[in-house]
Formats: sequence, structure tokens, C-alpha cells
Amino acid sequence: MTEKLSTRNIAAEASKPSTATGEELTISRRTFVQTLGAGLLITVTDTLSWGQRRGGRGGGGGGSTPVVARLHLNEDGTISVMSGKVEEGQGARTELSQAAAEELRVPFERIRIVMADTDFVPDDGGTSGSRTTPYNVPPMRQAAATARELLTRFAAQQWQVEAGTLQVRDGTITHRATNRKLTYADLAKSKEIAEAFQQPIESDIALTAVSDWKVMGASIRRSNWRDLVTGAHLFPSDIVRPNMLYGRVLRPPSYRATLESIDLSAAKAMKDVVVVQEGEFVGFVAPSQFRATQALEAAAKTATWKTVKGPSSRTIHVYLKQRARMPAPAEKGFADAAKTLNATYTLAYIQHVPMETRAGIAQWNDGKLTVWAGVDNPPSAQRALAQMFDLPAERVRVIVPDMGGGFGGKHAAPAGQEAARLAKAVGRPVCVHWTRAEEFTWAYFRPAAVIECRGALDAEGKPVGWDFVNINAGGAAVDAPYNIPNKRVQSVGSDSPLAQGAYRCLAATGNNFARESFIDELAFAAGADPLEFRLAHLANDRIRAVLETVARHFNWSQRKKKVTPELGVGLACGTEKNSVVAACVEVGIDRKRGEIKVHEVCEAFECGPILNPANLTSQVQGCIIMSLGGALSEEIQFENGRILNANFGGYRVPRFRDVPKVDVHLVPKDDIPAAGGGETPIIAVAPAIGNAVFAATGVRLRSMPMRGEALRQA
Amino acid sequence: MDVTVTLTVNGVARTVTTDPERPLLDVLREDLHLTGTKYGCGDGRCGACTVLMEGKPIRSCVTPVSLADKKGITTIEGLAEGRSLHPVQEAFLEEGAMQCGYCTSGMILSAVALLQNKPNPTDDEIVTAMNGNICRCNGYIKIKSAIRRAADKMRR
Ligand code: FES
Ligand code: FES
Repeated sequence: MTEKLSTRNIAAEASKPSTATGEELTISRRTFVQTLGAGLLITVTDTLSWGQRRGGRGGGGGGSTPVVARLHLNEDGTISVMSGKVEEGQGARTELSQAAAEELRVPFERIRIVMADTDFVPDDGGTSGSRTTPYNVPPMRQAAATARELLTRFAAQQWQVEAGTLQVRDGTITHRATNRKLTYADLAKSKEIAEAFQQPIESDIALTAVSDWKVMGASIRRSNWRDLVTGAHLFPSDIVRPNMLYGRVLRPPSYRATLESIDLSAAKAMKDVVVVQEGEFVGFVAPSQFRATQALEAAAKTATWKTVKGPSSRTIHVYLKQRARMPAPAEKGFADAAKTLNATYTLAYIQHVPMETRAGIAQWNDGKLTVWAGVDNPPSAQRALAQMFDLPAERVRVIVPDMGGGFGGKHAAPAGQEAARLAKAVGRPVCVHWTRAEEFTWAYFRPAAVIECRGALDAEGKPVGWDFVNINAGGAAVDAPYNIPNKRVQSVGSDSPLAQGAYRCLAATGNNFARESFIDELAFAAGADPLEFRLAHLANDRIRAVLETVARHFNWSQRKKKVTPELGVGLACGTEKNSVVAACVEVGIDRKRGEIKVHEVCEAFECGPILNPANLTSQVQGCIIMSLGGALSEEIQFENGRILNANFGGYRVPRFRDVPKVDVHLVPKDDIPAAGGGETPIIAVAPAIGNAVFAATGVRLRSMPMRGEALRQA
Repeated sequence: MDVTVTLTVNGVARTVTTDPERPLLDVLREDLHLTGTKYGCGDGRCGACTVLMEGKPIRSCVTPVSLADKKGITTIEGLAEGRSLHPVQEAFLEEGAMQCGYCTSGMILSAVALLQNKPNPTDDEIVTAMNGNICRCNGYIKIKSAIRRAADKMRR
């Protein structure tokens, strides 16, 4: 397959002072030369293309188009690529380097990637929603391919030969017939090269076909891999600045509580402690986290709060439903159906629980603010900080070292903001590293939800009506990928009493849980096998392919015959973010204790061409096991805005003991663009578990997490 | 009242004068700048802060520094000998047993302790020994493979 991307354009400039560049393309030249050395900078934007003469003469263009990729030919033959993406364990660092290496025709090791430092990198839109692969890898490839092409043309011109007669391999352009060679390092030093970039350039350059991939498609490891096993890698929370202090912030006991009074005298009297009070914001800064915490605790004891009543985790679903604007039930397809079914599914609030809690380290220098933080959207964190301190954005620099997990939970940098506030007040760098209890309580939650399902079957057991409403969690994967003549799907808002936000795969997990469970209910009502029923009505061939694959590997038709009241099998499938997944599971049920134990998960996943098989396998395995938490045990308990289980004792995440046999089948599909793989594999497991429980016991569990207590038999 | 504590960290004698109740974790990270040991929960339930004290795995977040007085501590920074990695570290690299890598230090030290006791652990023994260590990237499968691989290496 050949991919063409004609919408992007390119600009190149030498890393020397220049005056004629458009605003968006200007980077602090000093920073560049300091960090990257001299060389040739190539910039790809959405709509813009021009050349820039080295030394600042000529060139042109400018404007306000966002930059989508930057790369820099270094004089030592390495190539620096810059990306606003964040590495949080999902492989962006490696994938983007692979993309650049592939198209530049250089070994992977030649690529130096600079990530997530707002002083360098383009604003390419944060790291979430599986966007890196579909939206950031292509421009990176295109920037690299265009650079390669330009450099080849330049060599051809110099040598007065046809560009088509040149070969590019291993960072060297060769004209075989005359045995002439030119390396990227030569080009980075060349005085003439900038001339070649004088003209706007077509960047409609073919990307390397999947079948020709050498670096992409390989299981290459992260370049800073070794530092993770030696402890040398500095995560955001490991950053230490000279003279740095530690800060803690006073938190309300519950959501929406407001501070009535506090006595700060004890904290203020503590040695080396500085108390910062700005309205309701009260922070404690000290030379150690321990001392800052002592000060916080001394003050918190004296605080009185005005609290607000609210719902609890037991009443939340009624609460959300009462506050939702529910549509009237759909009628089409239902009136003359042979059978109709209704069911209500629910979802609890859950936390992302990244192993590294939020951290921010802030330092002020001459009115310029630098913040190191664990956040997956550095440019938006930068804008938020600029606004908070009323600064132009270029006075704020946000740096995100490869961080300890996010899963959709780190879209903002509250710890960075707190650190910046405290650092400003005390005039020294400050680190704010949230405790686990803070993370559990004050990081936003994956929304709780109520999902109302109605379905209708005709006399032959064919689905003829579908009415599906998600309350409060959102519309991701809300559609039913089945051929049903009368289908209505909808997502309606409500009034969440807790802060809620993105989560790995957003609402797709909940929507898929409800839909794939309810499809099973319809299959049962129709007297059909769950696999046959799906295959008969699926409207998506890619889903069909993974479903067939997984059923074959799991040996579905044989294993469903072996179902007993203590042993069930179930399956489910789904699609989101342009990738497809299907899973079969086996569960064991302890009816005495009321416990569900997942023995085995077999999952097939397809997300187009596979950029890095080892990384994708890790992502899929991780999603599968993570999904067991939401399916069976994870739930935020709360009452009147107070979080009651803000620790690993009360909030059960999957551990070694919970890991079932996991069998992953990656299905490559090379004739479509690559999609991300870090999210969708999470959505099929929970409904497959529920379906397996039903197959064994006849009991339908309709709440995530699914509690085994309902299955208990004396 | 501050006390003076002498501990041998990765073979080097270190002296700190500090509040005796401060967690060893904080002293390692803040005073000795050994940031390879991680904070994950602060209450002994996640294993991110695991270090070896006299060869035994402990949760440094719930270990007051005074308990480490005159003790030998091994952190992740002290496992490799020069450029050559400990077999458990090598096995983690070879199996690709990290995603974000934040749990990795604690996982490796817990595994080192396990393999010291049981050079050829069964699957159940791995699960039992490691169950206190959480990986939120949920890389448990590859971590288990890495531990088995390390066991093979160390027996050779
Ligand atoms: S940080 Fe010590 S066990 Fe979690
Ligand atoms: S690798 Fe991310 S927490 Fe284990």
C-alpha cells in the first residue's frame, strides 16, 4: 500500500538566527542551537510550504498554521525529531522514532527524539484518544519522507543527474554510476542546501509501503529502556531543582466543601515551614515532604468546612437518571415486534490510578516559569499556567519527562499549578507530588453511568428494534455495529456530583459492556447461540473477522458445550477509534462464596498495520488485565462528596493473583492506515465476563463492577 | 528531635541527621538523591518503594528511617555492577517487562529477593511473592516471564 498525504507542507530553515519566519514557526534559536547544535531544521505544517535560506535571508511565508512535525538534521549525522507527544508507557517515543527512521532511511539509533517540551516541540495535540498513531505518525513520516526527497533532489541538482538514479540508504545518498555520495551530515553542514529550500515545495510524496517497512513494523524497544531498570530515568516526580522545597496543599474533606476557618499558627511556628495562603488556597512549603505534611496536618486539624450534601455511590444511578434529559422511548420497530426486552445497565465511578501520582515541579527565573509535570497535554498545560499567572505563553515552559502512566487521567496539570503558585510565593523551586489519597480523591474520575437498553425481535428472532441511551458517560462506541432496521442510540448528559473526565477508551467500555451484554440477552431471547447471533447480524466485516478469529482460537463451539453452573464461557466484540476487537473468556464461579474468577481471556485485535508488535502486545495484554478491574472490583465509594476508599486497600486494582491465562491474537491489516492500539482492547472483556456468568448461572449481572455476591447460593 | 542515622546504601556508608519518623523512602529520594525508589501509595500496599534491607524486601514508605540505622540497604541503583546489569534487570529488558516503568524498580527488587530465597520458583510462588507489587500498566504477564527468565539465568 502506498499512503499519500497531500495536505501537509513543509518548511526548512537552518538553525541560525532568522527574521523572516512566521510566528508559529519561530522557535527560540538560541535554545535550538544550544540543544541540537547547528544543522538544518525542517518544519511541516498543515497548509504552508516555503524554504528558508540559511542565515536568515530569503524565505518567506509565515502565518498561523499549526506546526505538525519538526525535524533537525544534526551535523553528526543523527537526526533530531520533535514531538509534542508524551511517553507514558504506551510507546509514542518509539513509534515516532521508527516513523522518522523509516522514511529518512536511517537506522533507528540515528534518531534523537525530543518530546513534550513546549520550548521545542510543535503543539500536536496532546497524547490521548489513541491519536498518536493515526494523527502524529503520518505527519512525522511525511516530514521525514519529504526531507529525504528534498535532500535527494538537492544532490541530484548538485551532481546534474536525475533524482531517480539516486539511492538513499543508511543516511547516505548515493549515485552508483559515478560513485558519488552525500550524507545527511554533509547536508546539515552544506552552505548551498538552503537554496534548495527557497521555493515552496510539493510535499505530496509517497510514504513507504507497508510491505517495504524495515524499521516500522519491528519490535523495537524504547531508547531509554535501560534507564527504567537501573532507576536512572527521571520521571516527573523525580525532578530535583537546586534549592528545591516540597509543598503540600490543604484539601477539603469532600467535594464542594468550602473553608470556613483555619488556625495556621501551629504550622507557621514549625521550623523551616512557610505557609502560603491566598484565599481558599492554603499551601505548606518545607525542606522535606515529611515536614510539609506535618505542617499541613497541624493546620488541617483546626479547619472547619461548610460541606454540601450529595448522593452516594449507592444512590448515584438514580441521581444521575433523575437529572438527565431522557428522550421518550423509541417506537419504531417496537410496536409490532414479536418480543421486546428492556434492561438497565450501570457503571460506577472509577479512578485511573496511574502508578505515578500527579507531580509538578515549578521554578521561576526572571519572570519566566518552568514546570516539569506529569501531564499528557503539555501545550494546554502551558496555556493554563500562562492564564493563571497572566503571562504570555512563551514565558511558560512545560516539560514532561516520560511519565508513570496516565490512561486518560492526566489531561491537566493541577500539581504543576500548585507548585507554580507555591514557588512564586516562596521564591524557590517547589515540588508538589500528590499522595495516593489525593490522587484517588482529586484526580477526575471515569464517569459513572446508567445505560438504558431496549430491543425488539421479530417472530424469527431477528433484531428489529434497538433503543440505547447512555446517561452521563458519553457517546464513544455508543452505536451498535449490527444490522438492525430501527436503531436509535443516544448519549445524554446529567449532573455529575464528582469531577469526571476521560479514561482509557472513554465511554466505549461502558457502552460496549451494556451493548454486548444486551445483544446476548437478545440472542438468548431468540434462542440463538451468542456467536451465531452476532455473526448473523454484524454490520462490520472487520469486527466479524476478529470475532471469527477469536472464536476459532478459543474453540468456542466445543467449549460452550462444557458449560456448568460453576464454569461459564462468554464472548463479546466491538469497535472504537478505528480498531476492532473480540474476546472470549472462561470464568469459574464459586457459588458458595459468591466469587467470579476469570480463568482465561482470549482476544483478537486489529488496528490496521502493526507499527511495533512487541509494544502492541504489551498494550493489549495491559488493556485486558486493566479491564478486569473495572469489570469485577474497581469502584469509588463515596457519600456526600466524601471519597470513602481512597487507598489500595479499599479500592481493588488487578494484581498478580488476578491474572488469568491471556491469549492475544494480533490481526494485521495492511490495506488501511494504522490506528492506535492502546485503548480499544479494553472494551470487550467485561461484557464477555458477564455473558460467561450468565451462561453458567442464568444470572445477568448488569453493573460494572460485576459483583459475585448476587451469585451466592447457600 | 532529629537523630543521626548511619546506613550503608548500595555499599556506601551514609549519615543523615533527620526526624527519626521520616520514611526511609523520603530520605533515599530527598536526602540521598536516589530517586530510583518510587512513591506509589505511602501505606505499604503497592510495592513501588521496595528496597532490600539486609537482603530482605521492605516497603521503604512505611519504614521509619531510624529502623534502618546501621543497616545495609540495596536500592535499584545498587543492583548493577558497573555496566553489567543484574540478571533480573537483564531479564526485564529482554522480556520487555515495562510499559511506563514506574513500578519497575520495586518489581525488580521484589523479584531479586524472591529468587534469592527460591531460585526456581513455581508460578504460584511468583504470584505469592509478587502480589504486593502493583503494575497499573498491567504488565504482569511479561513481568512473570521476566522473573522466570531471570531464574533460568541465575541458575546457569
Ligand atoms: S509506596 Fe510503599 S508500598 Fe506503595
Ligand atoms: S509499567 Fe507502568 S506501572 Fe508497571
